[in-house]
Amino acid sequence: MYKYDQYDQAMVDARVEEFRDQARRRLEGKLTEDQFKPLRLMNGLYLQLHAYMLRVAIPYGTLDSRQMHALADIADKYDRGYGHFTTRQNIQYNWIKLEDAADILADLSKVEMHAIQTSGNCIRNISSDHFAGAAADEVVDPRPYAELLRQWSSFHPEFSYLPRKFKIAVIASDTDRAAMRLHDIGIQIVQNDAGDLGAAFYVGGGMGRTPMIAPCINAFVPLDRLVTYAEACLRVYNRYGRRDNKYKARIKILVHELGAEEYARQVEEEFAHMLDQGVEPPFAELERIRTFFEDPLFEADASSDIDRSDPDFALWVDRNTVAHKADGYASAVISLKPVGGIPGDATAEQMRLMADLAKDYSFDELRVMHTQNIVLPHVRKADLHALWTALDEAGLGAPNLDTVEDIIACPGLDYCSLANARSIPVAQRISERFAKTGKTETLGQLKLKISGCINACGHHHAGHIGILGVDRKGVENYQLLLGGSEAEDVSLAKITGPGFDEHGIVDAVETVTTVYEREREDGERFLDTYRRIGMNPFKEALYG
Amino acid sequence: MRLLTGNDLKTGVVTWWTGSDWSIHVEDAADVTGSEDETARREEAARRVNAPYAIDAEMQDGVPRPTHIKERVRTLGPTVRPDLTLKPAEPDLGNWVI
Repeated sequence: MYKYDQYDQAMVDARVEEFRDQARRRLEGKLTEDQFKPLRLMNGLYLQLHAYMLRVAIPYGTLDSRQMHALADIADKYDRGYGHFTTRQNIQYNWIKLEDAADILADLSKVEMHAIQTSGNCIRNISSDHFAGAAADEVVDPRPYAELLRQWSSFHPEFSYLPRKFKIAVIASDTDRAAMRLHDIGIQIVQNDAGDLGAAFYVGGGMGRTPMIAPCINAFVPLDRLVTYAEACLRVYNRYGRRDNKYKARIKILVHELGAEEYARQVEEEFAHMLDQGVEPPFAELERIRTFFEDPLFEADASSDIDRSDPDFALWVDRNTVAHKADGYASAVISLKPVGGIPGDATAEQMRLMADLAKDYSFDELRVMHTQNIVLPHVRKADLHALWTALDEAGLGAPNLDTVEDIIACPGLDYCSLANARSIPVAQRISERFAKTGKTETLGQLKLKISGCINACGHHHAGHIGILGVDRKGVENYQLLLGGSEAEDVSLAKITGPGFDEHGIVDAVETVTTVYEREREDGERFLDTYRRIGMNPFKEALYG
Repeated sequence: MRLLTGNDLKTGVVTWWTGSDWSIHVEDAADVTGSEDETARREEAARRVNAPYAIDAEMQDGVPRPTHIKERVRTLGPTVRPDLTLKPAEPDLGNWVI
């Protein structure tokens, strides 16, 4: 994985000291909150419902055991012994003191991490496929390109005050595991018939109050023009994006209002103008970055045999391991969704265990999934049983990847000052309900996503079943949505009808799964059945 | 009635104006109807509170309770982590929040 050079380290260290001075001046009263707020936000420090919250970037979701140990130490030393892994592959701490914030950033810097650009109207953490470098279906590891874009976008003076926040995802397979087309820019590294690699640019996607699927504006940008093309996309947005209305300021609105064709034309015009201006970093830099992402030394003769005599282990293997490009290896998903648990939360002890297991079994590498789980990307199949045994003993062995229990949930009204309703208790009740009825396994793949407000951090628009919490005259109310997907078969979920109270929504979810069980044909997922039969049978069951 | 609330500048914890000081317990909060803006300005300038604002509340069982659910959740802590609330040994004390 990528290691900071002296420039990276110097930039991050300088930012820590700059923020230390800003925090000191705030505490001494030399800065007002209005003056300080944009400064702390640029360093990922929010003021949330109960305390300050710090969001730490995990670039493209990749980290090593040393970094995971540091995250655990921060949880213990400065917070309340846990952290929350987010839907953008970051981690958040909920109980931070302003007087500790600079020390935390200094501790992060020691392990080549930071919280820069995890808030504010700038280019946020670049996300990617959590199986990058391990997936059997990728044309290339997308992370060097994500890292190149991270370096380009860090402290970019032209893009530090965009009309609105800006999120980029990079993948390199036809299977989309990063919700690529629901980002401001989604990039898919592709291979053409001649065998050359290029980048397909999808621009103008997003969730939030106006969900949109990004259209493709260029199907093949040569990789030695990747940064220049991205910069052209940003320039057009920065020039014409709406700064007069926060709710119309995202690039998706600009692309929608201009039309994808006209936006693409303007990008191409800007791109042509920029080609001779030396924006693109030297190819040697990409080559340098690539050396950090070379394959680990996989055993050539690793056995593919797995002893499945323990049924609990066999179920976990079937559910939570994924095909790897190297024979005899698998990617193992550690579920942070125990029945009745808080999606994405991990204690410091659990973080340390995952770090140690990564060191023992996965070439010292971990990934954070946008679905709020953790991946050990390169595990010998022969080691899976030992890994599962250690996870299961620590309460991390839930075999529920992509099931109705593997729920994405934003922090909701339990933590977030923007939220209108709680998300976590609904997720807890749903997982408990399905675990109790025993239907989880028979329902198969069913992606359920819950947001506590229209900002959609819980990706409810993209859930096979989505739930949106709203405030109805001071009372929590939950809208039910069906038919969304953030994968390669991307679609936006539709609202079923009137909302439900916090108990009724759990019944409603069970009701729609009953319709699915009644109507499904062989091999159909919930989403497939919904797409075939439409909304009406579900509405009839819900509302009579 | 109106309550004045904000966060402690250093620690970020939720605080309530008692009429003479700040408390982490909403039960100590005073009615600031008519004086909320002046008190907020003065206390923020003195850095005794961060980002103060006034909210609606009502008396219930002899103590002030915020009207809106968001402020009720703020009073004690996350409903899903009773161990992290202000009074973890007495989880039933939060029954009025939701």
